[in-house]
Amino acid sequence: MSDIDTQRRQFLKTSAGAAAIAIAPGMMLYQTVRADTAAASSKVRWGMLIDTAQCKEGCNDCVTACNKENGLSGKTGATDSQWIRKIEIKDISNGHTVSLPMMCQHCEHPPCVDVCPTQASFKRADGIVLVDRHLCIGCRYCMMACPYKARSFVHETLTDQNPDVPRGKGTVESCSLCVHRIDKGQIPACAEACQNKAILFGDLNDANSEIYKKVRSAATVQIRADLQLNPGVRYQGL
Amino acid sequence: MVDLSKLYSMNRLYYVLLAIGGLAVLGGAYAVLMMEHHGHIISGMNNQIVWGMPHVFAIFLIVAASGVLNVASIGSVFGKAVYKARAPLASLLSIAMLAGGLAVLMLDLGRPDRIIVAATNYNLTSVFAWNVVLYSGMFSLVVVYLWTMMERRMNPFNKAAGLAVFIWRFVLTTGTGLIFAFLTARQAYGSALLPPMFIVLSFAWGLAVFHVVQKVIYAWNEKALDPAILQRTKNLLGVFIVGSLYMVATYHFTNMYFAQQKGFELFILRDGGIYPNLFWWGYVVFGNVLPLLLIYFPGLGKTKCVMIASMLVVLGAFALLYVFIIGGQAYPLNIFPGYEVSSTFADGQIASYTPSIYEFLLGFGGLAIAFLITTVSVRVLNFMPQDKPYISD
Repeated sequence: MSDIDTQRRQFLKTSAGAAAIAIAPGMMLYQTVRADTAAASSKVRWGMLIDTAQCKEGCNDCVTACNKENGLSGKTGATDSQWIRKIEIKDISNGHTVSLPMMCQHCEHPPCVDVCPTQASFKRADGIVLVDRHLCIGCRYCMMACPYKARSFVHETLTDQNPDVPRGKGTVESCSLCVHRIDKGQIPACAEACQNKAILFGDLNDANSEIYKKVRSAATVQIRADLQLNPGVRYQGL
Repeated sequence: MVDLSKLYSMNRLYYVLLAIGGLAVLGGAYAVLMMEHHGHIISGMNNQIVWGMPHVFAIFLIVAASGVLNVASIGSVFGKAVYKARAPLASLLSIAMLAGGLAVLMLDLGRPDRIIVAATNYNLTSVFAWNVVLYSGMFSLVVVYLWTMMERRMNPFNKAAGLAVFIWRFVLTTGTGLIFAFLTARQAYGSALLPPMFIVLSFAWGLAVFHVVQKVIYAWNEKALDPAILQRTKNLLGVFIVGSLYMVATYHFTNMYFAQQKGFELFILRDGGIYPNLFWWGYVVFGNVLPLLLIYFPGLGKTKCVMIASMLVVLGAFALLYVFIIGGQAYPLNIFPGYEVSSTFADGQIASYTPSIYEFLLGFGGLAIAFLITTVSVRVLNFMPQDKPYISD
C-alpha cells in the first residue's frame, strides 16, 4: 500500500470519527425526546360519553378546567377561543331543557380533515382530531366545514401559553381531547373536573373499559348522526 | 407644427391612473401589515363569520376572471370573428383579475407567510388544494393562449390553447362553487347546484367587466365601438343575466321546498335585515332587473345604457356575494334540530358582522392589482380589438 493510500485512509477515518462525534449529541437528544412518545395505536379509539342527566345547568367546571389546562383566556367575546362550551337546549315540542358540554366531537370521518388544504387538520391513529400548528395557514375552511362549530381562530397575539399546549396567532385550534394528558396516561381536564361525573372518558374499542360497556348498555346518541361522521363523543339522555 | 399637448396630457393621465392604482395597492399592503401584526382582531371577522369582506372581493374577482374568458372562447372555440378580435383583451383581464383575487385570498390567511406550505403539503381531498392547482394552471394556460394570439409563429396553436382554456375555466369555476358545495352541515351551502350557478354567474359578471373596460380602452384610443358589435355583446349579457337569475331563483326555490331549510330562506329573503335588503334591492332590482330594462327596453340599449347596465351587474354581484358568503354564515348552524339552543359561543343566534376598514383596504387593493396589470399591459402591448371591415358571422 502506498504512502498516499495510508494517508488517505487515515484522513477518512479521522473525518468519519469527527462527524460521528459532531452528530452524536444531537442524535442522543433526538432519541431522548422521542423516547416518551410512543406512536398512537389504531387499536384504540379515544372517546367520551356525556350523561346529560348528570350535567347541571349553570355549572361551568368543565369549561373552566379546559381553559386552565390549555391556557385559554376564558373570555367569551366573538373573537375569543372556546374549545368547550356549555349549551342549553330546549325541546321545542315539550319544553324539556337539557344542559350539555359541546366540543370537538373527534369524528371518525372529520369534515375538517377532508377540507384542510395542507393536512394541518389530521386524525391521529387513536381517533383524536388535531391541528398541526406548523402546517395551518389560517384559511378557516375547517371552521366552515365543522358541523359542531368546534373550532376557533386565534385572532390576536397570545401571552402566557401553557408549554404543553402551544398555540399560535393566525391558526385554528380546537379541543385536543387533552392529548398531552392522554399521552401521559391521564384523562382530559374536563372529565377530571366534572364533579357530577357527567363526562366519562375512555377507549371505545376496549371491551373492558367502562365507556365500552356503557355505550352498549345505555341509549346514547351521536349529535347530527344524520351526517354519518361517527363522532367519538356520545351523549346520553337526549 | 404638430400639436403635442394632447399627447402630453394623455401621458400625464396615464401616470395619474398608475398613481391612483398604486396608492390603492399600498393601502392593501398596509392592511395586510396591520392584520399580520395585530391579528384578525382588527378585521370585522370573528369565530362565527370566519370569511368576510376580503372573500367577497376575492371570489368576485376569481369568478369574473373565469367568466371574462367567455369572450375569448366564443372567438377561439366557436369561431366568431367579433369575439376573436376581443380574445386578447379578455385574456388580459382574466389574468389581471385572477392575480388580484388570489392576492386578496392569500393575504387574508392567518399565516400568509406560510403560503409555501400550501404548495408543498398537499391534501388530495381538499377542494382548496385542488384550487391551488386550478388557479395556477389557469394562469399559465391563459399566458400561453395569449402567446399563441400575439406571436404570429404561435398562431397555429391558438385553437388548441383556446380549447384548453375553455375546458380549464369550467373546471376552475366548478372548483370555486365546490368550496361551498362541499360544506355538508351549513344550510346556505352544501348544494350541488352551486358549481353550475357559479359558472352562469361568471358569464354575466365577466362580460359586464369586459364591457366597461372595452369602453374605456376605446375612449382612450379615441375610437368608437361599432354599435352593431355592442348590439351583439349586449344581447349576450342580457341572456347571461336571465340565466344567472334563473340559477339563483332555482337555488332558493329548492331550499324553500325543504322544510328544514325554511328558516334559513326566510332569514335571507325576508327577516334577516341587511341580507334580504341587499338581496332584493342590491342583487335582484339593481343587479338584474334594471340592467335587463337598460338592455332590452325599447328605445334604450345604447352604449351609455349598456355601460350603466354592466356596472350595475358588477354591483349586484357584490351584493349577491355578500348575502351568500356572510349571510350564509350569519344564520346559526343547526346543531340540534328541533331544539332551541343558547350558549356563550353564539349558538342559536344570528351572528353579527361589521366589516372593518382593513378588509375594504385589502379588497380594494386586490381590485387595484387587477387595474394596474390591465392599465400597464394595455399601454405597452396592443390589446385594442382589431375588427375586420366586414363581419362575416
